Parts: sequence; C-alpha cells; structure tokens
Amino acid sequence: MNFEEHAAKRLIAGAIATPRGRLCATPDDAAAAVTAIGPAAVKAQVPAGKRGKSGGIKLVATPDEAAEAARKILGIEIAGHKVARVLVEGKVDIARELYAAVLNDAASKGPLVLFSTEGGMDIEEVAATRPAALVRHRVDIRAGLGPAEARAILGHFDLGASRDAIADALVALYRLYRELDAELIEINPLALTGDGKVVALDCKLTADDGALGRHPGLEAQGTPDRLTQLEQRGRELGLKFIELDGDVGVLANGAGLTMTTMDAVAHFGGRPANFLEIGGEAYRRAEPALRLVLDNPRVKSLVVNFCGAFARTDVMAEGVISAWLALRPTIPVFFSVHGTGEDEAVAMIRARLGIEPYDLMEDAVKAAVDAAKRLR
Amino acid sequence: MIIRRQHRVLVQGITGQQGTFWTEKMQECGTNVVAGVNPRKPGTEHCKVPVYASAVDAARAAPFDVAVGFVPPNGAKAAALDAIAAGAKLLVMLTEHIPVHDVMEVMAVAGAAGTRVVGPNTAGLVTPGEGFVGIMPGFNNRVFKPGRIGVISRSGSLGTLMCLKLVNAGFGQSAFIGIGGDPIVGTTTRDALEELDRDKGTDGVVIVGEIGGVMEEAAADYAKAMKKPVTAFIAGRASPPGKKMGHAGAIVTGDQGSYASKRKALEKAGVAVGDTPAEAAELMRERIRYVLGIGRGPTS
Repeated sequence: MNFEEHAAKRLIAGAIATPRGRLCATPDDAAAAVTAIGPAAVKAQVPAGKRGKSGGIKLVATPDEAAEAARKILGIEIAGHKVARVLVEGKVDIARELYAAVLNDAASKGPLVLFSTEGGMDIEEVAATRPAALVRHRVDIRAGLGPAEARAILGHFDLGASRDAIADALVALYRLYRELDAELIEINPLALTGDGKVVALDCKLTADDGALGRHPGLEAQGTPDRLTQLEQRGRELGLKFIELDGDVGVLANGAGLTMTTMDAVAHFGGRPANFLEIGGEAYRRAEPALRLVLDNPRVKSLVVNFCGAFARTDVMAEGVISAWLALRPTIPVFFSVHGTGEDEAVAMIRARLGIEPYDLMEDAVKAAVDAAKRLR
Repeated sequence: MIIRRQHRVLVQGITGQQGTFWTEKMQECGTNVVAGVNPRKPGTEHCKVPVYASAVDAARAAPFDVAVGFVPPNGAKAAALDAIAAGAKLLVMLTEHIPVHDVMEVMAVAGAAGTRVVGPNTAGLVTPGEGFVGIMPGFNNRVFKPGRIGVISRSGSLGTLMCLKLVNAGFGQSAFIGIGGDPIVGTTTRDALEELDRDKGTDGVVIVGEIGGVMEEAAADYAKAMKKPVTAFIAGRASPPGKKMGHAGAIVTGDQGSYASKRKALEKAGVAVGDTPAEAAELMRERIRYVLGIGRGPTS
C-alpha cells in the first residue's frame, strides 16, 4: 500500500523533522496556509514520483502566489492521478540535499539501507552515473540498526559536524521501517539546513499489504488502489481480479497459471478480458468468481483452465458448473482441467454441462479466442 | 532441496483439514512422515504418526530432516523459528501472505543455523518415485513420472502444468522444486538451478519463471556455464505493468522484472525460451536428443 506525501510525513513526523505544512483542497486554503506559514512550496498530492517535472510543485512567496499555484496544480493529471489536494509546506533553508532509504532487499533477503550525498536526484541515475556517491548497507534484522553502525554507513562521506545528526536520522528511519512493516521508506531529499538540522523534504512510503492487519488504522491513511466496479466487487469477495480490455474471459487457478492462460490468449491472437485467480485459499469460491467474469459486458467467450495442485479441480469445477447452471449464460465456454481431482472434474463437466473438456490447454484457449472473434 | 525417500518429514499443523489431507497424500506417495505438531494436542496420534507440542519436542523423540508447515500467515514465523530451533535441515514454507519482515527474520535465523528454506508461498517439492512435501499433485502419475528432467517453478499450478507437458513430451522428472511466488524466498531460481546442475539424476532443467524481480536474470547468469540443457517458460507476457498479478512477487515496476528483460537474459545465456509451456517441453526434447544422441528423451 502506498501513501501520499502528506500521509507519509504524518507517519514519520515523530522520528524525523518535517517542514511545517498544511493540506489544502482549494486555492483559498492555499492562500490561507501561506498567510500562516510564510513563503512555501505548493506540492501536488499524488502517489507518484517526478511531480516537479510534471508541473506539480511550485515555490511561492505570497498568499496570492499560493492561490495561483494551487489553481494551476489542482485538477491536473500526474501519471494518471488527478490532483485533488496540495500540500503547502514552509520554505526550508537548505544547506545540502542528501538521500536516505530503507527497503526490503530480495538479494540479501533482509533490510537494505541506502544513503547518498546526491539528494534530490533519481537514485537509479545516481547509482548509474556516480556510484561512489551511493552506499548500500545490509542490516542484520536480528540486531537492527544502532547509532554506531549508522555512523559507519556514513563513513567515507564528508558530512562535517552533521554526521551524528544524520546517523540518528538513519536509526530513526530504520526503526520506523520496522514499526510500520514498510517495504520502502525513502526520503529524497533529506535536507541539511543552514543551522545543522536534518529535515525530510519528501517521503515515499510503501507498507506491506500482508502486514496491514497488525497495524490498525494504517490502511485508512494510505492511498486506495483505483479499482473498477468489478475489481471492487472482486476485492470484497477476497478474489484477485484485474479487469483488462479484451473479450476472452479467463478463469484459472494459481497466479502463474492464470498469467499463462492470459499469455496463451494473446499468443493465439485474442485479448484477455481479465486476470482472475481462484487458487490458494480462494479455490472454493468458483461461483462468485464466475459471476464476476460474466458481469463484464465485454466478455464474448470464456476459457476455464484448471491445473490442480493445492486447489482441487473437482471442487472448483463443481462451483463453476453450479454457477453456470444457475446463471445460464449465453456465451460459449471451453474447459481444460488437469491435476488434483481431474477425473472427477472432467466427468462432472461432461455429465452436467454436456461439454467435452479439451485435453490440451492450448486447444481450449484457441477455441475460446476463435469463438470471441466470431461473436465480435 | 531435492526431496528423497530417506528424508524424515515433520508436519507442523498436521491436524488441520489441509494438514490432514496433504499428509495422507504425502504418505501415499512414499514420503517418510515421522511426526506432526499441534501445540494443543501433544501425546495424540494423527495420520498414524505421533503429535508433539512443538518441533523442538518432536526432534527429541522423532528426529526429522525436513519440516513443512500448514500454518496461517500470522503463525508462520513462530512455526518456522520452532523448526529451525529443532535443527531442521530443510524448511518448506507453504504459507502465502506472511508479512515480509517476518520472512526476513526467518531467513536471518535460518542462515545462521544452516537451515535451507524453500518458500514461502511455495507449493513444495516433488521427487517422482520417492515422495513429495507440500501441496503438489505428486500422486498424479499423468503429471509426475520418474525421469531425468528437473523443474524449477515459482508457481504451483503452472509448475504442475509444465510437469504434465514434460510427460506429454516423453519425459519424466528427476525433481520438482517449487521456489514460491513471494518477492523474498529462501531458495532462488539460481540456487535451485545450481542444485539440479550438481544432481547426477538430472540431464536437463526447465525453468518456469514469471514477471517480477530479477531471479530469472540471476539464474541466466549461472546457466551460461552449464553443460546440461536448460529451457524456460516465463509467465506474464500479456500482463499489464504496475499490477500485482496474484503473486506478491509478480509485478513489473519500471524496466525491472519485465518479460522482455528475463527472456533476453535467458536467451543470451543459451537458454531456449518457449512461447508456451508445451513449447518449453518440446525445446527440451530437441536439446536432450542432441545432447544424448538418441531418438527421444528418456522417461526413467
């Protein structure tokens, strides 16, 4: 789950200083904020990077300028997100811009701290062009990150008298990362002020969806995924459903097999209408899953591809058959069933639907693609 | 990480519905299940094996090599740490949706203790003719036949399909290694590839990958120097970027994790990449024929 800047900053405020700021939804709000705060930055609140380049950040000195900036920013689209609010943040006396992040690292299977003296830039660019300005430090999650280790991370950088303050900020950042079950906390830039303070000018935060359950209230502060109506229904049913723009409906079990079924649809010249996985714990929910696929008006044909491992194909097929008989859809359906429970599943499909499942997944997909083309 | 007949297996969460179903299936396949764990039912017997309160308790009375857990996400870390403390050599983590910080803690402790972790979010390990551990149809002889091709898969269902395609192409499997669909897993595609390269019973390897992460790229780096033929299928070519495709690890962000990047890396390393799972199996038949100089792939 991602968080917009203002929400992320509220979450980190106890650990790292942030500029004084106010969240505003209208130009008048923005003007009032600058009256209270003084010269400020007006920043679009969207869960996307590169806001500056998209015209989403403007520096203002007066309330009138703030209103004008807010008028220009509110309503524009950045990376597909319409800007509904701006964060008006007091100007900071920046002496130096640094970079700091903590993230889950697949290579070391543990936390990774990134620190750079090249703040304000895209960190991938720094890694590519100025590798000496970026340090990557693997943290032993059992021990955590203490001040001595944090100072060592900063080892070869010339940070003058601010070294300890920056080390403290790294320690605080790591603690937050652990407390929030974050996948990523990135402060870019991390500013060093003229009077030697460390201030987070921006903050990108991604929390682990799998851990939201143990952080009451956290989800409500995040940016909800933008879902279509069908996707929203899928989520409420606990199903992994993604709506696509094609016309061949896909119902399969397991993430890998579902993606592969979509790939096969594309391979044979068709376009998948959805991703819908009913593997894992969801494999008993074939009936609501089928309703979801069929309620997409674009769907012209359906391929049902089961390869049972954990999921039992007989249980899934039973659900699909019952739903099919209840809904009596008019579109053609093509089955391919293998793995756990396949004999029972195939017999049921034959007996109750009068349909012969395909022996090869490729043939079932091809037939579904051809049928959709004929009905287009 | 190749499961063998002589491996002694402990099942954590053996008394639950899934634990019971799959323990019976494992036993039918010849897996040597020696004990189970349920903190509330020590001293009882389930699936014809004794049940202990913890893996540590079990280890004293019924020594084991491999631990496999049918446990919910919020109990997965404790179960894994218990298995590691009990001296498990191999820990198979089936559970999906374990908080990633918990996974990283388990990996750190396992690394220090010398426990090999497979998963989380894996469907398990199968060695046809010897046994299986996890939630795979190791008992289905249309899908799994003793043979000489190793299969590595991030997905259980797709791995199952690939094994079926290999059987259709005239092969059997030396081992199926399900590495799991999470972004952080204990055994990577490359780790599994190295193991199958060392394995005397394996003549060729099929990699079943998917979009997201860089595990296929890292495996390609190792495959370059391999003598055994390697073929691959990568799922997710038709998936839109920026969306998690079911597996937490299956997401393309920017250029990273894309289908194109994986295919390019694998092909550059001499790995033949099929457009469909069936094609990956057919490509293996072409290569094994070439390598062994015989008419068709051996089935045993």
